[in-house]
Amino acid sequence: MGLFKLTPPFLSSTNRVTDHMLQLSLALFPAIIALVYYFGSGVLINIILAIVVAIASEALMLNLRQRPLKPYLSDGSAIVTALLIAVALPPLSPWWLTTVGTLFAIIFAKHLYGGLGYNPFNPAMIAYVLLLISFPVEMTSWLPIASLAESQVTFSSALQIIFTEQLPQQLSYDAISAATPLDMMKTQIGLQQTPSQILENPLFSRFAGEGWQWVNFWFAIGGIFLIYRKIISWHIPVAVIVSLAIIAFITWLISPETTASPLFHLFSGATMIGAFFIATDPVSGATTIKGRLIFGAGIGLLTYVIRVWGGYPDGIAFAVILMNMLVPLIDYYTQPRVYGANR
Amino acid sequence: MRQLGSFPGGLVLDGQKNRSTHLAIRQAPLSKTLILPLQQHIGEASVPTVVIGERVLKGQMIARANGHVSVNLHAPSSGHITAIDNQDIPHPSGLSALSISIETDGKEQWAPLIKTDNYQKLSAHDLRQNIRYAGIVGLGGAGFPSFIKLNPGIHHFVDTLILNGVECEPYITCDDMIMRERAEGILDGIAIMRHAIKAKSCIIAIEDNKPEAITAMQSALAQHSDHIDTEIVIVPTRYPAGSEKQLIQVITKLQVPNNKLPIDIGIVMHNVGTAYAIGRAINHGEPLISRIVTITGQNVNKAGNLEVLLGSPIRDLLDFCEATTQNPSQLLLGGPMMGYHLTGCDLPITKTSNCILAGVENAVTEPMPMPCIRCGECATACPVSLLPQQIYWHARAKELEKTQEYNLFDCIECGCCSYVCPSEIPLVQYFRFAKTEIMNQEDEKKKSNVARIRHENRQTRQETEKREKDLRQQRRKATLASEHVDKETS
Repeated sequence: MGLFKLTPPFLSSTNRVTDHMLQLSLALFPAIIALVYYFGSGVLINIILAIVVAIASEALMLNLRQRPLKPYLSDGSAIVTALLIAVALPPLSPWWLTTVGTLFAIIFAKHLYGGLGYNPFNPAMIAYVLLLISFPVEMTSWLPIASLAESQVTFSSALQIIFTEQLPQQLSYDAISAATPLDMMKTQIGLQQTPSQILENPLFSRFAGEGWQWVNFWFAIGGIFLIYRKIISWHIPVAVIVSLAIIAFITWLISPETTASPLFHLFSGATMIGAFFIATDPVSGATTIKGRLIFGAGIGLLTYVIRVWGGYPDGIAFAVILMNMLVPLIDYYTQPRVYGANR
Repeated sequence: MRQLGSFPGGLVLDGQKNRSTHLAIRQAPLSKTLILPLQQHIGEASVPTVVIGERVLKGQMIARANGHVSVNLHAPSSGHITAIDNQDIPHPSGLSALSISIETDGKEQWAPLIKTDNYQKLSAHDLRQNIRYAGIVGLGGAGFPSFIKLNPGIHHFVDTLILNGVECEPYITCDDMIMRERAEGILDGIAIMRHAIKAKSCIIAIEDNKPEAITAMQSALAQHSDHIDTEIVIVPTRYPAGSEKQLIQVITKLQVPNNKLPIDIGIVMHNVGTAYAIGRAINHGEPLISRIVTITGQNVNKAGNLEVLLGSPIRDLLDFCEATTQNPSQLLLGGPMMGYHLTGCDLPITKTSNCILAGVENAVTEPMPMPCIRCGECATACPVSLLPQQIYWHARAKELEKTQEYNLFDCIECGCCSYVCPSEIPLVQYFRFAKTEIMNQEDEKKKSNVARIRHENRQTRQETEKREKDLRQQRRKATLASEHVDKETS
């Protein structure tokens, strides 16, 4: 880089990639605390495991690709990927599920495409989709939230479940698995129940899902913090939320007996983490202003389509990956009007 | 109050202007040797009109304009011509160029000056010729011959003459100081320029971080009631507001259309320093032999602005301002955003040197570029609404056509994108590289086209020659044969 050493501008700003990643991790914290509160310490074990695997595999790949370790390891991007995978997995996932997902994200989805900045798809979502397709049982057995569970999962029993896949004596399998609100909504509507009847179930606390709605709320707060700190721009999250709300509102108006309300869709599942933390991944997302709006709107729309008419209860991951494919096209056709160009 | 427009992006930077505005403009000491490159302007280099050993007077022409886009060059002080040869000039790549060296004799003896008592008696054409004769070029940095910009042509009507006193680059204060101290001189120049281009109105644009300059210009304007339809417009401090196209956008809310000039929308813009120089040239007959240069930076004890004779070595100015470094690697010519490193201390001040910057605060140290994460901050900062991240991607891959599809050539190289890049990628450098590559390729294409046409012409020529030869041979054979037949029959 000697060639570039002495080129203007000579002023430097304090804006750094590492700082971006650090603030991103920070913004995830409120929601992580909420997750731990509602679903127990398994979440923390997942996070630590994912981070360790992510850093180790990142170091391995950097070594294999003969890249300097220090600047790339300290950029923090691997940690962000690890965090996103860990919070997306069921809290008591077996250790190998987290490990396989993280390894796949870092090695295949990131480094085999050229590492940071070159991956066309969001690594965390590629990993999530891989796990969802390959291990559907493990991926859909969520914990009931702590207040609704028959018995509590302590830290040590969480450790035991995650690393040995053996249930401790006092716990039955039913005690540690339940459907997510989105799951429940989908299957119950399939059984000819109306959404208002379904919402009577304590799982929903009459809104979008006990616990889930608050986790989503805290993800949204973290996201707003990121917008305030100018780490992300508002365009993608707003587009995701608005498009999801609009399509949900339209179908709900047409057929309130068979579709859940827009608010339910906004505050359950991975809506908020998807809108603020996943769709906003700059590397794999659209980069123009108009492009970001289109990209976000596409994600919102596809998420709804997959949730309601597709085979999976939640569709954020698929929606993001599908829209990732369109990014080069979107960016090319949404270039801003350059100074002096014809209108 | 005028409703101002704005341009997208841009940066609010730490101006660091106070460093060099405490002291009034001082006269720089007379240097022993003055080195005057023949090309200190955009266009053709001027041609020497003196010979080695000749004694020249201060203000005497020593090189004349060559072709239309060119201006004269004058001796900044009296003395003897010691050399006309290649000398190192201030240039990012450290080039050398044909220059005239003068050994000064310290007498500062002026050549006879031809001044105009009343410029209004002169035609626009004569004014332009006088301005050209005086060697005046844009002193804001580009160095474009001013007389050309004062010639709107018969098809254009000039609505507004804009005087650019924005000076948006950090550290530089030469325009600020000239407005503070020589406001009347600037107004003189404005009057002459308006006479030459018949501008309906005039706007003097100053950034709001220069209150003293604003007051000085306002009070000078108040004392001269003959300046009708002249307005001082205070523009918000935001880099690069001083760039011509961006300033037009701020003041008029208009954009200069692609591949057009400001004159096409009825605007002519000149730097305030240029206006002052024009006033001196017409009213006092003084050609452009000196300019105001800011000497500033962390490593300068007595930072300030100097009136410097063209050709003075930078070393003398640094000494005069008590700079603590003469290491070229710490010296910039121009500001921290668009300036470049000097290749030595003995380089001369030219017509376009506005600032010598020794030591930048928060300077880029060891850039260790990381990959682009497409965060898009460069696009947000770009004042011409480009997508630097996309151009960078294609420039890196040498997909030069793609870079043009993303409007590479609209880049004004202001450096905003590089400044905000969290990965510290030297974006401007990539863009310059891509631009030069494309221009080289086009040159090559032109050359190979010429060669191809030549080759084809030669081939057709040869073919015709061959055909004609064959034809002649056949004819000869035919005549021979017929002669033979004739003989036989006879």
